[in-house]
Amino acid sequence: MVRIFFLACLLALPALAQTPDPARVEAVVAASFASAPAGWKSRVTQDALQEICSLTRNQPSAAQAEAITAAAKASVVLPPDSAIIGDWRNGEKIAQNGQGGQFSDAPGTVSGGNCYACHQMALSEISYGTLGPSLSKYGKLRDFELADARATFAKIFNPHVTLACSTMPRFGLNKVLTAQQIADVVAFLFDPASPVNTDTK
Amino acid sequence: MRRYVQHSEHILIFECDNVKLLFAVAAEIGAAQGGGTELLNLLRIMVLCLLGSAANLRAQPADVDGEKEIERYRAMINDPMANPGYLAVDRGEVLWAMARGGKNVSLEKCDLGAGPGVLDGVAAHLPRYFADADQVMDLEQRLLHCMRTLQGLDTKDVIARRFGSPGKTSDMEDLVAFIGNKSLGMKYQASLSHPKEREMANIGEAMFYRRSAINDFACATCHGDDGRRIRLQALPDLSKPGATAREVMASWPAYRVSQSQTRTMQHRLWDCYRQMRMPAPDYASEGITALTMYLAKLGDGATINVPSIKR
Ligand code: HEC
Ligand code: HEC
Repeated sequence: MVRIFFLACLLALPALAQTPDPARVEAVVAASFASAPAGWKSRVTQDALQEICSLTRNQPSAAQAEAITAAAKASVVLPPDSAIIGDWRNGEKIAQNGQGGQFSDAPGTVSGGNCYACHQMALSEISYGTLGPSLSKYGKLRDFELADARATFAKIFNPHVTLACSTMPRFGLNKVLTAQQIADVVAFLFDPASPVNTDTK
Repeated sequence: MRRYVQHSEHILIFECDNVKLLFAVAAEIGAAQGGGTELLNLLRIMVLCLLGSAANLRAQPADVDGEKEIERYRAMINDPMANPGYLAVDRGEVLWAMARGGKNVSLEKCDLGAGPGVLDGVAAHLPRYFADADQVMDLEQRLLHCMRTLQGLDTKDVIARRFGSPGKTSDMEDLVAFIGNKSLGMKYQASLSHPKEREMANIGEAMFYRRSAINDFACATCHGDDGRRIRLQALPDLSKPGATAREVMASWPAYRVSQSQTRTMQHRLWDCYRQMRMPAPDYASEGITALTMYLAKLGDGATINVPSIKR
């Protein structure tokens, strides 16, 4: 019995060494951003989703994942169908724009979606990142279905609707993009005239 | 091409980099030495590079060729006489020996881990635990500690100038470049024997995966995988030990061509937190040391190349 207990302790030790007390980590983080201006303090602390996805390194348990996707679905505010697909030209600018929300930005800077940081979109744009999948021909591959456009609006609003602990930002929920901006980006993906769908190279 | 300059200041056009780097080098060396043979040599390289980049502009795809170009002239610029980071090293040497503060003494008795005044090899073991402060410190924290305790210096001005800008040098960047360079060619060996050192590495690891702010980014979002890019910018995978982590850990401080400044890890992480939409982290704070300690653990065994030269 005692021997088993010791064995268990030995096995637990390396695991313990790897995971520091979350409270200690939070204290170090808080101290390291102690002089953040008042309006910025809230960015330092985590909400429930950030906390779970950090502690599990984006591998939540099945139960956690279920709770996350359910909460994400409940969080989405969809506009009426007539406003799901906006103006693709504005959407392209938003997808290109990586400004906003940084301490180096002038106050009042309008945030972009910075989609190209992570996704291939129009094939003519060669400066795209690879942190997310290619979205080239996105609408065309879905026959420009409104139902798919609606789901894409929801995905951009809160990506955890389809994948718990997605690494994509919650653009709508966190108010990085307005509903109009999201609709414009959806149009960039779903308008048949958008270069996302027309570009051959 | 203009498109990506506009949309992301981080994505420097590699072709332009060639020219920009050489002008930066020439300007700094010119300013420091009033011309001379180095400047002449540089002018020769500049012409070569301009020719090279003209050829490169025609070639596609730009990113692959751009990477090669960068490599090519990283090699060219490896000559210590041509790396402007060495100007910071020289200024740091002067600052190290300069009497300052209420006690009007130099930093030459500062203990960076191997005893008072020892410089050779100390950067190869930092951050580390210091018993006198009962704290794990990186080089910047330790230097500030020495300035305050040894020199009796009010570090307010030093901290205000923590990151240099055109026409305004940073004592810290210069000192760190000077001291880092004293370990050039040595093996980096992370200090992990003290429990507090291991604790810091573990806290740093937790911070690496910690998501926060309006984009929910963690360091791992951008540095969690092999071969990823943000726009055209290749992202080093800092989630595991290996050649990439070693190269990164061994190459700071670095002369940043895009900024015409010698930058330390403090600045690199400050800039990454900026991209994460976090507030600016406090200079020489525990969290930056924790992250550096985590990176140090991954980078163990690297051959130190300081000051290096980077985009
Ligand atoms: C930090 C990286 C990042 C940014 C920025 C980002 N995304 Fe994503 N995105 C991802 C990743 C990773 C996935 C795949 C995982 C998932 O489905 O959540 C994804 C998935 C998607 C999908 C679903 C693709 C599919 O499989 O059907 C869409 C649509 C999408 N992103 C659109 C956008 C748009 C539009 C923007 C900008 C407003 C954007 N993303 C910004 C990382 C990002
Ligand atoms: C939104 C993307 C993003 C996030 C989040 C991010 N970084 Fe970076 N990081 C970059 C980019 C871009 C570079 C520059 C790469 C280059 O110039 O080759 C970089 C460079 C670095 C480097 C220097 C690499 C080298 O070549 O020497 C280190 C170290 C680093 N990041 C660590 C971190 C840490 C630690 C965090 C979290 C505190 C973090 N990064 C968060 C984008 C990011």
